[in-house]
Amino acid sequence: MGLFGNKNKNNANYISAKESRRISKENRKITAEIEKKRNRKNIPKEEYITKMKNPNNVVEFDNVHTYFFTDIGVVKAVDGVSFEVPKGKTVGIVGESGCGKSVTSLSMMQLVQRPTGQTVEGEIRFDAGDQVYNVVNTPTSEMQKLRGNQMAMIFQEPMTSLNPVFRIGDQVDEVIALHNPSMSKEEVKERTIEMLKMVGIANSEGVYSMYPHELSGGMRQRIMIAMGLACSPKLIVADEPTTALDVTIQAQILDLLRGLKEKINSSIMLITHDLGVIAEMADYVVVMYAGRVVEKGTAQEIFKDPRHPYTIGLMNSKPVVGKKVDRLYSIPGKVPNPIDMPNYCYFKDRCEMCVEACNGAYPEEIKISDTHFVSCYRHVNDAVKEEK
Amino acid sequence: MSVEKEKIQEPLVHNDENILEVSHLKKYFPIKGTLGSAKGEVKAVDDVSFNIKRGTTMGLVGESGCGKSTTGRTILRLIEKTDGQVLFNGIDVNKASKKEMRELRTKMQIIFQDPYSSLSPRLPIGEIIGEAVKEHNLVPKDEYDAYITKIMNSCGLQEYHKDRYPHEFSGGQRQRICIARAIAVNPEFIVCDEPVSALDVSIQAQVINLLKDLQDEYNLTYLFISHDLSVVEHISDTVGVMYLGGLVETGATEDIFKNPLHPYTKALFSAIPIPDPDAKLDRIILEGSIPSPANPPAGCKFHTRCSECMEICKKQAPKVKDMGNGHMVRCHLYD
Repeated sequence: MGLFGNKNKNNANYISAKESRRISKENRKITAEIEKKRNRKNIPKEEYITKMKNPNNVVEFDNVHTYFFTDIGVVKAVDGVSFEVPKGKTVGIVGESGCGKSVTSLSMMQLVQRPTGQTVEGEIRFDAGDQVYNVVNTPTSEMQKLRGNQMAMIFQEPMTSLNPVFRIGDQVDEVIALHNPSMSKEEVKERTIEMLKMVGIANSEGVYSMYPHELSGGMRQRIMIAMGLACSPKLIVADEPTTALDVTIQAQILDLLRGLKEKINSSIMLITHDLGVIAEMADYVVVMYAGRVVEKGTAQEIFKDPRHPYTIGLMNSKPVVGKKVDRLYSIPGKVPNPIDMPNYCYFKDRCEMCVEACNGAYPEEIKISDTHFVSCYRHVNDAVKEEK
Repeated sequence: MSVEKEKIQEPLVHNDENILEVSHLKKYFPIKGTLGSAKGEVKAVDDVSFNIKRGTTMGLVGESGCGKSTTGRTILRLIEKTDGQVLFNGIDVNKASKKEMRELRTKMQIIFQDPYSSLSPRLPIGEIIGEAVKEHNLVPKDEYDAYITKIMNSCGLQEYHKDRYPHEFSGGQRQRICIARAIAVNPEFIVCDEPVSALDVSIQAQVINLLKDLQDEYNLTYLFISHDLSVVEHISDTVGVMYLGGLVETGATEDIFKNPLHPYTKALFSAIPIPDPDAKLDRIILEGSIPSPANPPAGCKFHTRCSECMEICKKQAPKVKDMGNGHMVRCHLYD
């Protein structure tokens, strides 16, 4: 230790081996208990079937906490997130890397790496049509019926999310055959080719028997979308679907997603760090910072009337075509350490608009309008009064 | 169809205003068939000409695979050209001897896209930044430490970072280290190969501001390669738009962004998402994807995806046309 000893005082993540062992032992206790509860046989339906607060929503996130129990401490990746996805609408989630937007989407699909990652608190209500599931407590066997069928996910990297050793046709077939056991092989193939046509692949019969490496990035992303939409899901979770693509291809894919959403009448949860993509696609916007929602509202409200200093900073730090500025605004400082979050507003140390009240506890959500909420002390007086 | 070959190229006349002059630069990569016999060529860079004035920034934009990075690397002679001429301060880079090249290297530097893979994980930051300084004996030994500290400070790094290793830094800080490494040898010209693409929006702003500050401080010239058009508009004085190995349009940034002429430039600019929910979308969506550079279409290379394609476009490659104010376009529409 001596050789590196002098460095450790500057390293916030440093802990001694003894301390690390103690933490991992504690973590194992906690995760083992959660896993035991989750792995019970015949979990009664009452535990995961609930009701929606508002029947017009397809998804309701209600105070969701997803933690990672690591050997250097508990990382609160998602720390009390609440928002809704209305039926037939697109909700965009923006934030920088590490703000918890991907973990939010993985929690939705119950795909967080267990046992280290656990959704420890809160409810994610999902309206699957006949029943409303609380995804947090739904057993894996039930989840498998929902995933791919009622909710689908499109990942960022089309290069790595397709299996290189299977033909495109086989991979799309698998999804359809799994969720429609009554269909014959021919019917499945027919449906696959229909899906490939729907996502704008001209040579669909040819592509059916191709391997992923034979296709370009844009084509692969189309395949991923075809796979996601194969069962006409109620919810599409798109995690940075165009980040790895060129602008011209991005325009094609966004156009396609918009069109398909109308066609199969589903909702989209769009995760991206590109404010331009959000403005173009989303009806509602959720801005996340350090695992929490700092502001949410309709696209109009967020872009025309941003309230939270982080939202404002984020918008000013991106150069916009056609708007000339001498110097870009850059948010000073960096994101707080996720293991050791402060007990005041997480953004306070980087905020240039601090007020007296900011030294207090983390600000509560303040209602600016029926759809616009912000967590910031500066807007306490703007709050719409409501009886609780 | 016979391909017109301009065999007789007028030798470049060096103009002292320009730091870099590139003329008819070509880089073909051979495709190896069985037993190493040449099967064909990938025309990564195909007849590119442009000049960069001292102290300015030229942005190079285009889709992935259009040859932006290869252009940058061929200019620095990190890969040997196939044909053409590159003059740096009037010196032909490709004709320079090994010894001359060694000296030239300190004058032209490069910053790479991925700060995670372009720093040696086994060297502390101080050595990464100072390696070339020592190698070229740029500062006396007793001033070396102070010099490195000064360079680090000007790039927003602290002195105590010197003994740390790259893995201890975040992406934005690593990019600062890469910039410090390039600045340390006191260059005149830096190729920035997508320096902010791998970074978050707020970090991106910091790095862009840093690059601009350093340009003022050291009177640097940049070739800024990026696919992010809004960043290019912000940082560049002139812009070149590349498609399939060739420059389709060059000119002053304002001219190009206000009045794009080439159909490809128009389509590219209309594809930029604008962070304003009320923005009108009159988007030109390009069908299909970029053709293979190993087998580029005859005539104008863009004709397969062009919305304004004419008969002549399929047969004859367009010539460069000056539309005034140094706004060059390569399109039959303006013949």
